[in-house]
Amino acid sequence: MYIPGMKGNNPIFERNVPGTTEKLAKATVGIAGCGGLGSNAAVALLRAGIGRLILVDHDTVEASNLNRQHYFQADIGKKKVEALAAHLKAINPEVELVLHDLELTPENVPEIYADAELLIEAFDRADRKRWLIESWCVAFPDRPIVAASGVSGCGNTDGMHVHSSGNIHVCGDEESDMTMGLCAARVMMAACMQANVAIELLTGDKE
Amino acid sequence: MILVNNRDKVEWREGMTVQDVLDAMGYDYALITVTIEGTFVPEHDYETCTVPDGSKVGLFHLAHGG
Repeated sequence: MYIPGMKGNNPIFERNVPGTTEKLAKATVGIAGCGGLGSNAAVALLRAGIGRLILVDHDTVEASNLNRQHYFQADIGKKKVEALAAHLKAINPEVELVLHDLELTPENVPEIYADAELLIEAFDRADRKRWLIESWCVAFPDRPIVAASGVSGCGNTDGMHVHSSGNIHVCGDEESDMTMGLCAARVMMAACMQANVAIELLTGDKE
Repeated sequence: MILVNNRDKVEWREGMTVQDVLDAMGYDYALITVTIEGTFVPEHDYETCTVPDGSKVGLFHLAHGG
């Protein structure tokens, strides 16, 4: 029986993979950037039943974002964290969202994500990806970070992979650069790979 | 011998650093993340952090786009 407010008990999760919903309902995941990777990974995590998301981005939605990011015409000009929060709540009103409309820096990462057990790296620029991974790994060496690298261009589906070492997981082809342009199918694929890795880690057996 | 990304073998030598492994691999990418046996190595340690013989090293190339 559905009891409103009881996490993991929501009827939208009736078709979920058995045993995953209860674990995901208790989880807090950080999302660093709400663009092509972050907005789509957040939607995938939400539909899987994640209980709490910490969303961070300082940008506003622009028309050129709509080729790959989970926003709509009516969102143009709105802050990304607020627009994304509205879309996530429209799918599952029970999700708990923590919104930060600010610029992430190496210094504020430990405080912003203090209670996130896993981070989705969802930046656009590689230099920012790099310092984010470093900040996270130094602050939280025992917590996983799921990043993306090489999500540009079209096709090359076979080139997409997950490269893992320790608590670092990188999804993408690790080569293609955004000077090639960005296509929804490939960016969303990488975002969903990130979400899928996160779900696997969060629902796996922990020692 | 050092194994990079579970694929490439690099001949080990005494005192070999992370930077030496990157040079041996011909990696001149500016944006790399490195692990040794799954443990993250900060960039400012590349010249000083030595890599034990038999280590598994992870090299991640970070590309723009998202």
